[in-house]
Amino acid sequence: MTASVARQQARPNSAPIYLDYQSTTPVDKRVLDEMLPWFTEKFGNPHSATHAYGREAEAAVEAARAEVAALIGAEAREIVFTSGATESNNLAIKGAARFRRPLGRDHVVTVATEHKCVLESVKALGREGFRVSVLPVDARGLVDLGALEDVLDERTALVSIMAANNEIGVLQPLAEIGALCHARGVLFHSDAAQAVGKVPVDVEAMRIDLMSISGHKIYGPKGIGALYVRRRPRARLEPLFDGGGQERTLRSGTLPTPLCVGLGAAARIAAAEMPEESSRLLALRWRLLSGLKARLPELRLNGDAERRLAGNLNLSFPGVPAAALIEACPSLALSTGSACTAAEIEPSYVLRALGLPEALAAASLRLGLGRYTTEAEVDFAIDTLASAARRLARGRG
Amino acid sequence: MPRLAYLDWNATAPVRPEVIAAMGEALARCGNPSSVHRFGRAARQALEAARGEVAALIGAAPAEIVFTSGGTEANQLALRGVPGRRLMVSALEHDSVRQAASDAAVIPATASGIVDLAALERMLAEEQLPVLVSLMLANNETGAIQPVAEAVRLAHARGALLHCDAVQAAGKVPVAKAALGADLLTLSAHKLGGPQGVGALAVSGRVPLKALQTGGGQERGRRAGTENLAGIVGFGAACRLAAERLGDYAGVARLRDRAQERLAAIAPEAPIYAGDTARLPNTLAIGMPGIAAATQVMALDLAGVMVSAGAACSSGKVRRSAVLEAMGVSGAAAESAIRISLGWSTVDADIDQLVEAWGALYARSQASAA
Repeated sequence: MTASVARQQARPNSAPIYLDYQSTTPVDKRVLDEMLPWFTEKFGNPHSATHAYGREAEAAVEAARAEVAALIGAEAREIVFTSGATESNNLAIKGAARFRRPLGRDHVVTVATEHKCVLESVKALGREGFRVSVLPVDARGLVDLGALEDVLDERTALVSIMAANNEIGVLQPLAEIGALCHARGVLFHSDAAQAVGKVPVDVEAMRIDLMSISGHKIYGPKGIGALYVRRRPRARLEPLFDGGGQERTLRSGTLPTPLCVGLGAAARIAAAEMPEESSRLLALRWRLLSGLKARLPELRLNGDAERRLAGNLNLSFPGVPAAALIEACPSLALSTGSACTAAEIEPSYVLRALGLPEALAAASLRLGLGRYTTEAEVDFAIDTLASAARRLARGRG
Repeated sequence: MPRLAYLDWNATAPVRPEVIAAMGEALARCGNPSSVHRFGRAARQALEAARGEVAALIGAAPAEIVFTSGGTEANQLALRGVPGRRLMVSALEHDSVRQAASDAAVIPATASGIVDLAALERMLAEEQLPVLVSLMLANNETGAIQPVAEAVRLAHARGALLHCDAVQAAGKVPVAKAALGADLLTLSAHKLGGPQGVGALAVSGRVPLKALQTGGGQERGRRAGTENLAGIVGFGAACRLAAERLGDYAGVARLRDRAQERLAAIAPEAPIYAGDTARLPNTLAIGMPGIAAATQVMALDLAGVMVSAGAACSSGKVRRSAVLEAMGVSGAAAESAIRISLGWSTVDADIDQLVEAWGALYARSQASAA
């Protein structure tokens, strides 16, 4: 009996091993501890500036804002809290495009592998009469800078290109994209929900004008995110919705103090631990990939091998349908791709954009490693996945 | 530091301990409700259980509930998500409703602080386009309960839809969506013992709602974005507790009435707004003639009593209340009104502290006027 089989038998009813860190992350206990007092004894409305409870909540929100800003090299007042990255993306894309249209800029550019909420926002603009360019990616998942340069013109309002892909972890060349946009007066928005806190992101060095951040992808709570909005020169937006005029009128609604505090804490911890954590994850990823390849020589890695998140692998198991593989591994929490579309179980449009044929795309899994992944879990996953894949391939072959 | 008396519950309420416990459990677990694996399914189950609890508070079907980031977003979704309709909003509405459509027709209010139904009827009769009416269930500044069921009858008779902002009412008085007949109804968690950052829009099946925030297709395509799971779990628990403990508001009403009597005894000329109509059991809007609301709020704050000069929004600015203006209150009087709002943990000592601090300020103002 191998060690991993023994572990498997020893934990028949225990929770499966979590290998879906790009879908969501558990809240770090340290983050949770900082959040809890803001639910109970310190419950003031941060906009009630006329009394002590409100003022202490406001101070906590502002401290959190500074922590988020510090993670990305921004100023605190450039951070707008939102309900999450989907809202940030909607606000940035629709807000910037709608503001700039009367200024003669009615063209928006994005990439085929973006998150669904970016593509949907751009599609909505298309229905409003904007001209839309959706750029292809190469086989590694990287945007072609020459193609980007070719579509930019004096009518381009906005380019939206993600920092790290949610399915294949590929890191786009943000600094180069930022320079291209900046030279043409085009606003550059980046959905950095998957990248922030995991790889260094600096809005100044990368000349990013608008950037979306998510709490629950960086061991913070769900229901909170942020949008970085450049002040110099100011990136102007039309708000998605109006109301009490909070967040400098860009985003009305009572700010959830505990969630803001949680995002701040998550940002601070991520910044402090990033170098150590990313080299630990790189080692685990290498162990997982080489372990699987040793057992399954036909295995294929999707997306650039180097320019990707340390905690991400996307693998094709030729001849083994992903759904069957997931079903055969109940002791692992796995996904085929984006959670938003996971329930559909259609071949991933991201993998299709890389040029994978439908059958291969349907034989692919996303493996996400994170803060609580251990070497033992990786070894167990190698064993479980390789055995199941071999069994399934034989059954079909 | 003096003893603190929190009397600003209409701005936000403390989260109930049982809600914290439920949220703590949810936060400690990992899982995206849209993921297919076991963690995802457990998250989905928790999400749907909470949806059932929120629906139960207002007698709606769970499928009608769309979770949002709060009351403001829910109001915006209601008013902007049903396109092609002329908007009519009452003059008493919260900023998040009034600003959703700057071109909305405004339904006037009476001096008692309730919407003028006769005016609504006339406006509906004169309008050619399909209409969406927005009328709150209870006003956030005065607590005045609005004749929503009657407004719904008028609206439906003319083929109009009605949206009801029930943010301040839910959890304080019974809310029955079906009995009210509202087509869309807004709720907020942090006004009823749940966390900030969560709300819901209850949408009747017949209303075709268009999402404002698009993306992954969550909430049946009506509101994209990974759900605020712990917040929603907390919202569900808060709704369950609010329904169970609605009876506690009889005690809250007694405290409020006592506060009103004692303040009126000190200053018989002090106007009580919406005092002659049905109000929320916890709200008291009162003016101290000649003393600016900001001055009152600051003086009370120094004495450890937290109240507000109206809505908590718009970053602490104290400005004249649009609600009081709509009630025909003159500029000077409107500028000297404060809102006192109580909750389930308010005790006699809080009221004593309020009365003492307010009374002292009043005495000083009389002395300097003399």
